Amino acid sequence: MTSSKQALAHPAPSAETAPGDQPGAVRGAQGRGKPPTGPGSWRSRLYRWDMKASPYAFITPFFLVFGAFGLVPLLYTGWYSLHSVQLSSLDNQTWVGLENYKNLWSSDFFWNALKNTFTIGLISTVPQLLLALGIAHLLNYKLRGSTLWRVVMLTPYATSVAAATLVFTLLYSWDGGMINWLLHFVGVDPINWRESDWGGQFAVSSIVIWRWTGYNALIYLAAMQAIPSDLYESAALDGANRWQQFRHVTIPMLRPTILFTVVVSTIGATQLFGEPLLFGGSKGGSEHQYQTLGLYMYDQGWIIGNLGKASAIAWSMFLILLIVAAVNMLINRRLRKSQ
Amino acid sequence: MTTSDLTLPQADTDTDTEPKPKDDRGSRRRRMVGAGKQLHAGPVTYVVLTVFSLVSLAPLLWTAIAASRDNTRLAQTPPPLWFGANLFKNMQAAWDEVGLGTAMLNSTLVAGAITVSTVLFSTLAGFAFAKLRFRFSSALLLLTIGTMMIPPQLAVVPLYLWMADLGWSNQLQTVILPTLVTAFGTFFMRQYLVQALPSELIEAARVDGANSLRVVWHVVFPAARPAMAVLGLLTFVFAWNDFLWPIIALNQQNPTVQVALNGLGTGYVPDQAVIMAGALLGTLPLLIAFLLFGKQIVGGIMNGAIKG
Repeated sequence: MTSSKQALAHPAPSAETAPGDQPGAVRGAQGRGKPPTGPGSWRSRLYRWDMKASPYAFITPFFLVFGAFGLVPLLYTGWYSLHSVQLSSLDNQTWVGLENYKNLWSSDFFWNALKNTFTIGLISTVPQLLLALGIAHLLNYKLRGSTLWRVVMLTPYATSVAAATLVFTLLYSWDGGMINWLLHFVGVDPINWRESDWGGQFAVSSIVIWRWTGYNALIYLAAMQAIPSDLYESAALDGANRWQQFRHVTIPMLRPTILFTVVVSTIGATQLFGEPLLFGGSKGGSEHQYQTLGLYMYDQGWIIGNLGKASAIAWSMFLILLIVAAVNMLINRRLRKSQ
Repeated sequence: MTTSDLTLPQADTDTDTEPKPKDDRGSRRRRMVGAGKQLHAGPVTYVVLTVFSLVSLAPLLWTAIAASRDNTRLAQTPPPLWFGANLFKNMQAAWDEVGLGTAMLNSTLVAGAITVSTVLFSTLAGFAFAKLRFRFSSALLLLTIGTMMIPPQLAVVPLYLWMADLGWSNQLQTVILPTLVTAFGTFFMRQYLVQALPSELIEAARVDGANSLRVVWHVVFPAARPAMAVLGLLTFVFAWNDFLWPIIALNQQNPTVQVALNGLGTGYVPDQAVIMAGALLGTLPLLIAFLLFGKQIVGGIMNGAIKG
């Protein structure tokens, strides 16, 4: 006597697998001579165990990798930030308490880096997302060769930070650079992009904008295509022109996506590192004009060699991110309430 | 030819801002047909898109131009606007001076290993989150998404110290291990499988007595194949371009392409044309991938963007 589950179970696997690796074959070998219900319950127990355990088995690799290379190091970074750890003598770690943080928060360079991260983040994120929104709106029309346009807009995304920055560094060079050459046609004197304060920040931002606008445009485009078209139809019947439709239908419907891109771009902006490094070295320009927090950390940790202080910078970044996230949530809640 | 066929070409000449006559029946109809995504682009749209496309492509094109010139010419105004004859000479120099050959091989190994492992494990985890019921699944999914908020800077100091302890400094596994599977990949596969994998298919396989591994192999992987391909491409692009950790973990003796390019940029090579040749070479594999799979990569980013 077999259970109905088993009766169903047998024919199907044998149809597509070799007899040797069917579960049934194993059961048959082990269960020979036992009472007929024995193998059935063993099988169903195995089945139930498989059903219960396999979801955890499937997600384990992610959580192992995240735990080992994300979470545990995060905590250790906090631990090291309370120690003096020098690159020159890694084994000689001594407890210094909050010394690294005191040191850091009384340093002008830290606040300068924080300010730069904020301003560069602002002048790279805002134009980037506005441009992306506009491009997405245009890509949302019925276009000839629509895929080609999208691929072209995304090409900068395939270019690495390093390659893009090397090119832009040359484009922005003071003498003989393409951008100063183009500016002279409109009567602007050559700008020393790498040495000036706002010039350097603008140049670094432009690299970010160039690389990420197309990517964000595609995300907006995807969201736009999910907007039901009857919303536009009723807006059109109410006499709304295209600009009004864009403002009163598209933008409100995109709000969650816009929020998503703002969060992602903000995270990206706080991590800005490669662009200023290659544009002006680990100091971010001769006068630290565009040294971001990420770059400051690299400079303190691996150029100057103070890994304890670098850890303190990392944890300060983490705290700032948490504050930003909390403020973000508060604003969002306010907005939702007011609606 | 139907009337709607006739109205469509008219709509083609529309621009964004052109006001439309109110009592023209054709225009009314055009609006109805053109509501939402059906709207046809006018010439202004094409002009603006062309400008943006040029901005997107010009720096890359100019990299090729600069890489084909020589250093003294690059320092003069006006900058060269057309190709010279030195492309292969400069590429050879870039290849030799920073060991781009080793770098290319290393990047291929690193990005390849990361891609295979990320696609495999993300599919498994994505499947679990999309289709299996287990305790804390929604909390764990939220945690997975939350990990995307943690900047990589927060882990690099301990990772550096541990890898030094293990004697793994400047070795490729240092770069590969931390990215064996990503939160993005897991979430991406979950989003895809929620819709693309009918639960009845899994149940049918279960009723047939298939265990979980069998379900994964015969049901999940076939259903996930298109998304796995796209995730593979996105992961490869990401891994090839990753910058922060490789620069800390590897040196110029055993670099990835990005580490080698960083070496080019921070003063080992004063020749700008050679630097541009190196930048071009380092980007070339991805540009070729883009030429071949651009459509899939675009589709992948757009699919990943829709949250359900």
